[in-house]
Amino acid sequence: MGKRSAALVGYTEWAPQRKWESPMFSMEACAALAAEALADVGLEKDVVDGLVIGGLQDSPMFAPLALAEYLGIQTHFGEVVDLGGASSAAMVWRAAAAIEVGMCDTVLVLVHSTPPPVESGADGEKMMLPPYLAGDAWGSPQGQFDIPYGLVAATPSFAMVANRYMKEFGVSSETLAKIAVMERDSGLENPKSVFRGKPIDVEDVLASPMVCDPIHLFEMVMPCWGGGAVVLTTAERAKRLPHRPVFVSGYGEYISHKTVSYMPTLTETPAKPAADQAFGMAGAERSAIDLASFYDCFTITVLLTIEDAGFARKGEGGRFVEEHDLRFSGDWPLNTHGGQLGMGQGGAAGGLSHVIDSLCQLQGRAGRVQLPKADMAYVTGVGGLMASHVGLVLEGA
Amino acid sequence: MRIEQTMAACGRPIPRRTPTSAPYFDAAREGRLVLQRCPRNGFFFYPRSRCPHCLGEDWKWEEVSGRGTLYSYTVDRVGLDPTQRTQLPLIVSLVELAEGPRLTSRVVDCAPEDIEIGMPLMVCFEDLGEGMLIHFRPSTD
Repeated sequence: MGKRSAALVGYTEWAPQRKWESPMFSMEACAALAAEALADVGLEKDVVDGLVIGGLQDSPMFAPLALAEYLGIQTHFGEVVDLGGASSAAMVWRAAAAIEVGMCDTVLVLVHSTPPPVESGADGEKMMLPPYLAGDAWGSPQGQFDIPYGLVAATPSFAMVANRYMKEFGVSSETLAKIAVMERDSGLENPKSVFRGKPIDVEDVLASPMVCDPIHLFEMVMPCWGGGAVVLTTAERAKRLPHRPVFVSGYGEYISHKTVSYMPTLTETPAKPAADQAFGMAGAERSAIDLASFYDCFTITVLLTIEDAGFARKGEGGRFVEEHDLRFSGDWPLNTHGGQLGMGQGGAAGGLSHVIDSLCQLQGRAGRVQLPKADMAYVTGVGGLMASHVGLVLEGA
Repeated sequence: MRIEQTMAACGRPIPRRTPTSAPYFDAAREGRLVLQRCPRNGFFFYPRSRCPHCLGEDWKWEEVSGRGTLYSYTVDRVGLDPTQRTQLPLIVSLVELAEGPRLTSRVVDCAPEDIEIGMPLMVCFEDLGEGMLIHFRPSTD
């Protein structure tokens, strides 16, 4: 029996967009997300006494203070989480832990990636990842030992992991492509997906441009703007709210490096220690989950998570993918929202989309992709260059 | 977005040395590869103020063989760093040195279709004027 004192109770999520129609400053985005998420659960903002955010571009210092002030609330817990793509999942467990130890009662987790207004009139620019991942400041190891060799952004790093994995374990490009195809199939049902009406098959993935061998364009997420929020509160308060409470019954986190070059072994990811911690805390078996919402910046990320989080033995992730139907309608549902591969990566909120995928399923709010049975889910976040990993075991009340 | 990476006159990114890393780049200019060696834990990379295994500071710089093998690689076909687009296809590599540590580098003098994980490599250097790059090329030894 895992933890039962803090529950996810509701959410809001903005559809990812390549170009954002209504530019806004960070705090404006957070205020909109806060109002929408609280409306989803029927709570007034004055019950909020915890804020967890990923940072504010236009108020980077003392960010939780700035946001509390902007929202007109006072909190017992304010936190910025900076673990890359693992941040959203990490924000959820930090919020749950703060509630569990009695620091606070109701926490807003707010994640936004929206462009600020431009003075000349807002014509939103396309979302792009900063190529040097903030490793270019003087004194940064990346600027001296990685960036000059072309190790920038995320793709070359995950490509080197994939190449090494292929050499050691022999997975095929077709198998990796199947992950993108399955996720896209589920994403076609998601009204928020940027890929609505655009099915793909394995041949399409393999025919898409090679970006960094062996990663094809369709094995990478589409970078978009976006935003999302979730609300967590005490089990006691959660009982009185409109949707089924979803307990954060176990969580794990592991950070081993930032840049892929310094990963101890390229084919063993931080997913393993994080999953062992999360399932151990939840007191749950891997086989008990009804769905997996796995962080999926690239297809190789999903394959390695399946193995290292303990759903297939090392080297057998490829066979697992071949033997299972990963669509929402399949025998092993993975990312029923389409994942970031099948929906678009709403910037930092792409990580939160996996939390929201599982939350919707466990609350019976997943619409066309609703699973017949959804009581337990495993959510992951992956940050840096296969460097940080957070796992969450979620259980419906 | 402000970019702080130092660029050579040719526009390509180069390392900006620090007091700690300067000996590494000075040796490269002389055609030598040197690494820090901790008396308890051996060689480590990248240059640091303290050993990443024990946080000791009694390491010494030592010349190494320059031999290594290719641990993994990718071929950047699109130029994810726009300043590197003159260099495509760019073979971004992880090299495992004979002495143990792994480092990020680039394999040069090798066609992308000839590259193979495990292939033997030898260090070579590219002088971009304001900065030294430490590359590897296929070795027949």
